[in-house]
Amino acid sequence: MGKTIIEKILSQKSGGDAYAGQIVVADVDYVMGQDGTAPLAIKSFREMGGTKVFDPEKVVFVIDHSAPSPNEGVSRLHKLMREFRDEYGIDFHDIGDGVCHQVVPESGKVGPGSLVVGADSHTCTYGALNAFATGVGSTDLAAAIISGKLWFKVPETIKFVLKGKLPKGVFAKDLILYLIGDVTADGATYMAAEYTGEAISNLSMDGRFTISNMAIEMGAKAGLMEADEKTFAFVKEHGGRDFTPVFADPDAVYAKVLEYDVSELEPMVAKPHTVDNTAKVTEVAGTPIHQAVLGTCTNGRLEDLRIAAKILEGRKIHPKTRLIVAPASRKIFLKAMEEGFIKIFVEAGAAVVTPGCGPCVGTHNGIPSDGENVISTANRNFKGRMGNSNAFIYLASPATVAASAIAGEIADPRPYF
Amino acid sequence: MILRGKCHKFGNDVNTDYIISGKYKFKTLDMNELAKHVMEDLDPDFYSKVTSGDFIVAGSNFGCGSSREQAPLAIKYAKIGAVIAKSFARIFYRNAINTGLPVIECDTDKINAGDELEVDLSKGTIKNLTTGEDIPIKPLPDVMIKILRDGGLIEHFKKYGTFNF
Repeated sequence: MGKTIIEKILSQKSGGDAYAGQIVVADVDYVMGQDGTAPLAIKSFREMGGTKVFDPEKVVFVIDHSAPSPNEGVSRLHKLMREFRDEYGIDFHDIGDGVCHQVVPESGKVGPGSLVVGADSHTCTYGALNAFATGVGSTDLAAAIISGKLWFKVPETIKFVLKGKLPKGVFAKDLILYLIGDVTADGATYMAAEYTGEAISNLSMDGRFTISNMAIEMGAKAGLMEADEKTFAFVKEHGGRDFTPVFADPDAVYAKVLEYDVSELEPMVAKPHTVDNTAKVTEVAGTPIHQAVLGTCTNGRLEDLRIAAKILEGRKIHPKTRLIVAPASRKIFLKAMEEGFIKIFVEAGAAVVTPGCGPCVGTHNGIPSDGENVISTANRNFKGRMGNSNAFIYLASPATVAASAIAGEIADPRPYF
Repeated sequence: MILRGKCHKFGNDVNTDYIISGKYKFKTLDMNELAKHVMEDLDPDFYSKVTSGDFIVAGSNFGCGSSREQAPLAIKYAKIGAVIAKSFARIFYRNAINTGLPVIECDTDKINAGDELEVDLSKGTIKNLTTGEDIPIKPLPDVMIKILRDGGLIEHFKKYGTFNF
């Protein structure tokens, strides 16, 4: 019987013949924790009697969720992570390096066929590299750090066949918001998503990361893609070794196959307070916006900044709107400076902050006030997500966020293209 | 193990930000402190309403969102006996088992806010003492039963040093 991508990876890593529904114990290739989850993993590690890390080169901690620390409670937790690094010599990214889901792919340590667990739900991002990457909690993370293994229930897979070409002004973010709206927030629970078709192969790696990043927003365990020349070029650019790609068999069994033609797609938003509460931008255009956020692990990459810069160049953000820009990593920040994007943002009136997660997760760097509307390139618009449960979060592409920041209200970006 | 308590009912898609907001979880590892803020954005008085052993009852997709293990821990430290829902988001579900918080999947339409329930975890049965109805529940996979029986994944690792299924 043929296998899906995830069944193949879990077969290889467990040394068996894994099919959906089975439970396997598999070897992990890379293990990631961030400052919201690693401190609790360190506590679990010690309580489990952990005395060594299975392979220090395969474990990374990233300080990105509250970076730099906004208060002494957070500082204590960061210190705990740095002490663990000193003790065990693991890979480490301190404040300013960037968001875990950008710095891990940039490390070259994950690639096609890898099995990665990260104590962050958006670890599914690396599925764009043809890896099985999934989010786990802190105690699972500690178990993986000690043993180099974790147990997995092999998921069924939904295959998304995405045909056609995205129209001008419509981006990967619009596509994934559309799909989540269609499948719903729990439509893929306990399953994996495989994305294929020309609409995916035409996307840049940056666009593919955006799609895989949000697989969790339909409940999925992973959002996988096939590897192609763009995938290998990305891995090589970041100094990665040769990875062996994993393809689904032609006779693989899927829970369902969903086909879409993306040619008529329009710019989309997710309205408050669920990601599947989607609408066309034209349906909500004119909604006042008090704060716009460009960045996050979904859309803080160079291509995203380039698109926003194209719109913002020579223009000013609306006087009643704030724009916060957080490049996804230090490398992206530097490239954005070299290409002049940062200057464009600052001249337009934006506040550029340290690469990190603060504005998205509501720890610092842009907590909205009561009754305010925010438009963000992030992946979640839950009530209270940005630190105030009386605010309203809309999710959209970098183009829509930039266009809305200029207009002071939700605006269609297509006239700029 | 038999749990008895009253139900606090919630709807679908109760996400981890509702269970414990990011603004609290990044500050401390003191779960007793976090527990005071559990479910705060959905019900500001929730923590003070809970009597030890009460149940959270919800619709589908409970625990969607973040991988934060502080979510099941905050519920556990608020002394909730079990979370009963139509379905759970997968990371939350694993985290709950790993931290020893019982999670039960069943048709929760037959349970109303304030109902008294008797849950027999070893037999896998729920009796609604208010309505007199028995509610069938979906059995847990063997691996999860093993971890729960060991008292969570920390205890499992303490005992075996690795995975032992």
